[in-house]
Amino acid sequence: MRVNKGSLGARPGVPLNGMTRKGLLGGLLTAVAGAGVLAACGPESRTAGTAPSGGGAGDAIKVGILHSLSGTMAISEKSVRDAELLAIEEINKAGGVMKRRLEPVIEDGASDWPTFSEKAKKLIQSDRVATVFGCWTSASRKAVLPVFESLKALLWYPVQYEGLEASPYIFYTGAAPNQQIVPAVEYLIREGRKRLFLLGSDYVFPRTANEIIKLQLGAQGGALAGEEYTPLGHTDYSTVITKILGAKPDVVFNTLNGDSNVAFFKQFKDAGNTPDKIQTLSVSVAEEEVRGIGAANVVGHLASWNYYQTTDTPENKKFVEAYKAKFGANRVTSDPIEAAYTGVYLWSRAVEKAGSTDVEKVKQAAKGIEFAAPEGTVKIHGTNQHISKPVRIGKVRADGLFDEVWSTGKPVEPDPFLETYSWAASLKKK
Amino acid sequence: MSVGSILLLVSLGLAFSFGLMGVINMAHGELIMVGAYCAYVSQVTLAHLWGGVAPGIYFPVALVLAFVSAGAVGLLLEVLLIRRLYGRPLDTLLATWGVALMLQQLARSLFGAPNVQVISPAWLTGGLRLTPALSLPYSRLFILGLAVACLGAIYVYLYRSVAGRRLRAAMQNRDMAACLGVATRRVDATTFALGSGLAGIAGCALALLGPVGPSLGTYYIVDAFMVVVLGGVGQLPGTILAALAIGGFNTAFEFGSTASLGKVIVFALVIAFLQWRPAGIVAWRSR
Repeated sequence: MRVNKGSLGARPGVPLNGMTRKGLLGGLLTAVAGAGVLAACGPESRTAGTAPSGGGAGDAIKVGILHSLSGTMAISEKSVRDAELLAIEEINKAGGVMKRRLEPVIEDGASDWPTFSEKAKKLIQSDRVATVFGCWTSASRKAVLPVFESLKALLWYPVQYEGLEASPYIFYTGAAPNQQIVPAVEYLIREGRKRLFLLGSDYVFPRTANEIIKLQLGAQGGALAGEEYTPLGHTDYSTVITKILGAKPDVVFNTLNGDSNVAFFKQFKDAGNTPDKIQTLSVSVAEEEVRGIGAANVVGHLASWNYYQTTDTPENKKFVEAYKAKFGANRVTSDPIEAAYTGVYLWSRAVEKAGSTDVEKVKQAAKGIEFAAPEGTVKIHGTNQHISKPVRIGKVRADGLFDEVWSTGKPVEPDPFLETYSWAASLKKK
Repeated sequence: MSVGSILLLVSLGLAFSFGLMGVINMAHGELIMVGAYCAYVSQVTLAHLWGGVAPGIYFPVALVLAFVSAGAVGLLLEVLLIRRLYGRPLDTLLATWGVALMLQQLARSLFGAPNVQVISPAWLTGGLRLTPALSLPYSRLFILGLAVACLGAIYVYLYRSVAGRRLRAAMQNRDMAACLGVATRRVDATTFALGSGLAGIAGCALALLGPVGPSLGTYYIVDAFMVVVLGGVGQLPGTILAALAIGGFNTAFEFGSTASLGKVIVFALVIAFLQWRPAGIVAWRSR
């Protein structure tokens, strides 16, 4: 969902913790023996030996992890990678997939879209990975989509996004718009807060999201108080805030992305606003972002996600404990982190069911697969390859975590093209 | 006015290194970043010493620390790198860009990739309420005051001190100044360090308003260069005028249209103006 403003070229091969000599050797052996592509394991390919036990390297299943570990997107994607590594480690500890150990091959997309597609090709063709977990921004997903479709390989994408897409070779474990944005607007209208001010960063996700919201407001008796877009990385919100205060909306629906959120919330508070005057509802501010903004600046504001660190399920308790134990007590979990973790498990269940890592067989087996995820039980949709998830509205607490104030209770079926919503009929189907 | 004061603060340091010395310092944004992280470090350290919450006094401490540490980084940069590249603007540009990337990655390694949290001290939160709809945030007023204070200090330094006189002499006619016994090398180093220190102060102040993270500098570098070039290279009064003009126009256009369009219009105006007067608002009087 996020987009960067162009980082300065690719810097491949950020050193990885836990890289062992044995792991590297093992990787080399597999490449030589298995694929016969000797060029595969250049110095850039790093295989992290995270599994303490399991069979020899020869019968390990390689899985690719493709995230930005450098550049502007590293801020978000490093934690997602951590979650995927945690899931892989847990699966290995429990005996692996089909009694075979998983071996992650990690590549750095460097916040640069051509690099993403290049590295995706490398993972699929040279490393022969069974599947890839990766990407964050819609731009990076769109960049690798043709690679996965033409090479018939699988990508598991862990972030909520603008919808209107369903590639047969991508599984979407984050929310579609009808699992985040639409319920949030419904919630606000039901609460009697009908005048919405739409504020977003100027690129595809906020613009698409706001198209959807405007249609929904029209159909469900809401009103549009204003609409503003600022360039990515914008840091001065005084004028926008003046416009918001002048428009007197009930709620600011915030689709700002990245660092702009910090500037906006700090300056909104400085302008004398408190949540009891004008509340905001954000769809890109989770636990990790709240820390950067400063909890004091966002306390009392709302967010819409499928998962919070405070989500009360036994699976989540275990997950948060494991995450903190592995990466540090001061780390927090968030929706994309949970979705990435869940994605690895869903893939492993599908492989077990298929009895093979063959892409077409796994795709067939994945239909209807369920998993008791930290957010609750999720299920892969039969045709669009998104997953059903519960939707939760949360309110920021003083400690930077969220209190759930409302939830759908049961999982919401994914509908990336909003086909079941009559008011969305005029939406451009891309 | 408030946007203008931020622009001014950001570009003052650059007016020193680029304006007076002609060094195209792409790492200027990262010196701002150093300042912002100083605010974070002093907040955390003082909170630790006091146990719990950092007292309001942390911020002035942070300002001093930001000036000193950014200045030190600048001095190091000048002595190790830029000194060897005088008169080679393209090489300087590339080298400082490289330094900028290194500093960014260093910040990422030291403080982690996510943004860190800087809490405004209690005496800078809230605002002066003029009418029910309009209030002036204290943090903005503080930045305005800080910009004016920096300007005053620079004026005193440049025009009322011995060091400043040497600096002006060296910038106007380096050979002659050297003949008259001015250690021009030392003057260069001091000037660059001062410019860097000012960038540090700007970063510290910006921590009140914006994000504090490794890519912070990239958000301001373009604006800073635009202000200095528009104002006229080497012209402090020009820098002030340009900062206020860009700030004012930006706000006005943004209010009338959208933030993205406002920025485009301002850029277009700046380009048009520089076509008309390539030397900027205030140009050297050439003889």
